[in-house]
Amino acid sequence: MDTTKQIRDMDDVVVRFAGDSGDGMQLIGDRFSSSSAHSGHDIATLPDYPSEIRAPAGTLAGVSAFQVNFSSRDIYTPGDAPDVLVAMNPAALKVHLNDLVRGGVIVANTAAFTGKNLKLAKYDSNPLEDGSLSGYHIYAVNMVEMVANATHNLNLKPKAIERCKNFFALGLLFWMYSHSKADTLKWLKKKFATKPELIEANIRAVNAGYNYGSTMRIFTTSYRVASAKLRQGKYRQVNGNLATVLGIVAAGLRMGREIFYGGYPITPASEIMHEFAAMKRYGVKMLQAEDEIAAVTAAIGASYAGNLACTATSGPGLALKSEALGLAIITELPMVVVDVQRGGPSTGLPTKPEQSDLNIAMYGRHGEAPMPVLCAFSPRDCFYAAYEASRIAVKYMTPVLLLTDGYLAQGAEPWRIPSEDELPEMDIEPVFGSEDFFPYARDEKTLARPWVSPGTPGKEHRIGGLEKEHIYGGVSHDPENHQFMTELRQNKVDGIALEIPPTEIFGDESDGLLILGWGGSYGAIREAVIRAREEGVKVSHVQVRYLDPLPPDLGDVLKRFNQVLIPETNMGQFRRVIQANYLMKPLGFNKVKGKPFRAEEIYEKIKEIAGEKS
Amino acid sequence: MIDIQSLDLTKKDFVTENEVRWCPGCGDYGILSSIQKTFASLGEKKENFAVISGIGCSSRFPYYMDTYGIHGIHGRAIPIATGVKLANPALSVWVITGDGDGISIGGNHFIHAMRRNVDVNVVLFNNRIYGLTKGQLSPTSELGKITKSSPFGSIDAPFNPATLALGAGAPFVARSLDRNMKHMSEMIRRAYQHFGATFIEVYQNCVIFNDGAFNNITDKETKDDFSLMLEHKKPMIFGKESSKGIHLDGNIPRAVEIGKDYSIDDILVHDETDSVISLILGEFTYRPDMPTPFGVIRAVDTKPYCKYMLDQIAEVKQKQGEGTLETLLSSGDTWEIK
Repeated sequence: MDTTKQIRDMDDVVVRFAGDSGDGMQLIGDRFSSSSAHSGHDIATLPDYPSEIRAPAGTLAGVSAFQVNFSSRDIYTPGDAPDVLVAMNPAALKVHLNDLVRGGVIVANTAAFTGKNLKLAKYDSNPLEDGSLSGYHIYAVNMVEMVANATHNLNLKPKAIERCKNFFALGLLFWMYSHSKADTLKWLKKKFATKPELIEANIRAVNAGYNYGSTMRIFTTSYRVASAKLRQGKYRQVNGNLATVLGIVAAGLRMGREIFYGGYPITPASEIMHEFAAMKRYGVKMLQAEDEIAAVTAAIGASYAGNLACTATSGPGLALKSEALGLAIITELPMVVVDVQRGGPSTGLPTKPEQSDLNIAMYGRHGEAPMPVLCAFSPRDCFYAAYEASRIAVKYMTPVLLLTDGYLAQGAEPWRIPSEDELPEMDIEPVFGSEDFFPYARDEKTLARPWVSPGTPGKEHRIGGLEKEHIYGGVSHDPENHQFMTELRQNKVDGIALEIPPTEIFGDESDGLLILGWGGSYGAIREAVIRAREEGVKVSHVQVRYLDPLPPDLGDVLKRFNQVLIPETNMGQFRRVIQANYLMKPLGFNKVKGKPFRAEEIYEKIKEIAGEKS
Repeated sequence: MIDIQSLDLTKKDFVTENEVRWCPGCGDYGILSSIQKTFASLGEKKENFAVISGIGCSSRFPYYMDTYGIHGIHGRAIPIATGVKLANPALSVWVITGDGDGISIGGNHFIHAMRRNVDVNVVLFNNRIYGLTKGQLSPTSELGKITKSSPFGSIDAPFNPATLALGAGAPFVARSLDRNMKHMSEMIRRAYQHFGATFIEVYQNCVIFNDGAFNNITDKETKDDFSLMLEHKKPMIFGKESSKGIHLDGNIPRAVEIGKDYSIDDILVHDETDSVISLILGEFTYRPDMPTPFGVIRAVDTKPYCKYMLDQIAEVKQKQGEGTLETLLSSGDTWEIK
């Protein structure tokens, strides 16, 4: 057999692993990404799984997938369309084939292409054999038989053999893309330390997949993606939820404050609670509360008692918390509230991302209840956004809302670990007012009130939901005072704008088309803009982190361009904010399909607008 | 054990400048005075008290206590207090709530705080009516009660807060009365000394919307015949002449005369640590033939939530080492790019 490998170089590749919920696709997707990252690629990943935990095996509803984009260049998204689809059963093929690029590669596990499974996937005939996939490169392998052969002397039960097939697929992909399998072999030894028979079986499955690739003639070529020119340093992989937690814990350590987290399980934010629960060595106090309201009000109590307090949720939970946010606003207590947005309204699309909570974030409280709203751009950016949200909360004595979404929360990418010096300063001055302590005295610059917690002698005071008298903090129903305090709370939040850095424009500083985005659309927009600019289109990009207050220079920036396009996965919530604030009419590009924007879609839109103009 | 030391505090130290604005004759005045006085005598530093409330007449309480405090939102005093306590376990945290705030809109928090055994002291003023919203039926209003929201009589079966707390696993449950300040003071002291969640139900008269709700246990003429003052390890005797007692007839508690058919030996002996007895006592409420039990219904020592939490943090710190910014950022699988 011909074992000489013909290797072709590529810039980037998108692989999607798809199979039954129980087939271990997330696991091998994660392993593949990790080995990619370790070999110096820039990567971005995105899991896609059903909201059912285990839908019936073999059905379309039960398909779980994991996509990874690895590249020798900087990449911004997990990729629009996979170049390679690993389909562990007919349902996986059916669900994901439409996304595969024309002429793409299909690696199929023939063991699962049985009559029963074909029927479950609603195929009338076997697509691997009926010629319907003639436009693709199909590699059909009986992975179960291969694993059985490789492990024949281990006396494994058929079920155990069946469960190793994902590692066969992984081994094959390692060979196809010239990845080292060393890390994964090491990882397997650690993962199954207490079950040595599984270590051996899975190692043999990885090797069998790898060797199958190198020895079978059907694979004429394997590919190599060169390392990306990533900045020197120490890296780790983070998803958005983990990065969010790291950002808040880092902020708490930096401030010298203990950290309290009040949570309640909700998709896709639960992982934030899990990560906080694991942070005990940092002294984090985690309460899994009885409901969303208890989670946020416990955070308010903890904040009063001097902790850096946080709660995280998703849309329905944010709705439940909204009354309590009013309390945090009038008591002027610092707190970080994270909303990992998902498709709504109501239960909506719990596992799918959407940017449709901007309205509730900005306006979803009764009374005049201003609250800073920030958003994160990418999985790793969640760290900096959460860190900044914590800083603002404490500096200005206010709850802060941080918007991420299911796409950022679950997507992962390499993160260059910053040194302590690289983290922004916690420029927080304690506010004491005059010699006599008054709970509603003010710092002249930030308008923050003092944060004095129970246990401090001589400064006993009461706060609460009733309107407060300026400076003294007693209950006041005085009309003039209410007007004054309402304006003061607004001015305090508006004043944060003074320290928002100048808006960064990618591309030209003026003229042509500006794509204005916020939150998780960053990657898709940036990729599309880069591509369009390479083709000579005059298009620039601004992504906004501070949604309320908006950057003070944003209006001027927008007005320097001929046209502004705002892509968002909602019906135009940010567009209306821009319209109202700057009395201009930006174009909208709105998609609500439970999926993030693909770079291709935005690129096409740019071309369309540019075409109309020329 | 708490180190009781003299801090020379008096009731005055707990009085704020705020004018107390309950209706004249409201039972809340007595409770306020009693708590101010008792707090001064506990040997706890003033700055270590935090008094948390929700919404309702009772929930104005923090404004009248010169301690740290939060007047929260309707029903949420308990989770707010939970956050305060977990953030600083050295504090003595008190929740002042009512029957509407505490077990209607805040019912979920109430049961979970009890079963979770968070170390907060919940004092629930039960006047069996909504006062601040001007006279609607509450979850403790009796069946048939005429209120603004039940003009033809309530068709809502009531809760018995003490039984609810017991059912949720509360380790400490007591009952007192607004008029009996000495007794209440003792209950407050007992709750303070108990580690873990405590619950005190205080029967409180609303002079405007439910006046006389507890007449039979407050009127001089009748109160002894309708009140059972519980004492640990003592037989359950009551009545003007102390001639009545509680006898357990199979599983059914009955009020009996001592001397004729029953001797003192037939009378049930109270045991705060006996969960069956506490449930039996809970059953008396709303039964016209039984006296209302006052005192500590249940007191058992179980490890409180705060202790679990702090122990776990200490254990993990010992095992993994105290975390720093450096260990935080570099945790997990890392690699170098050169």
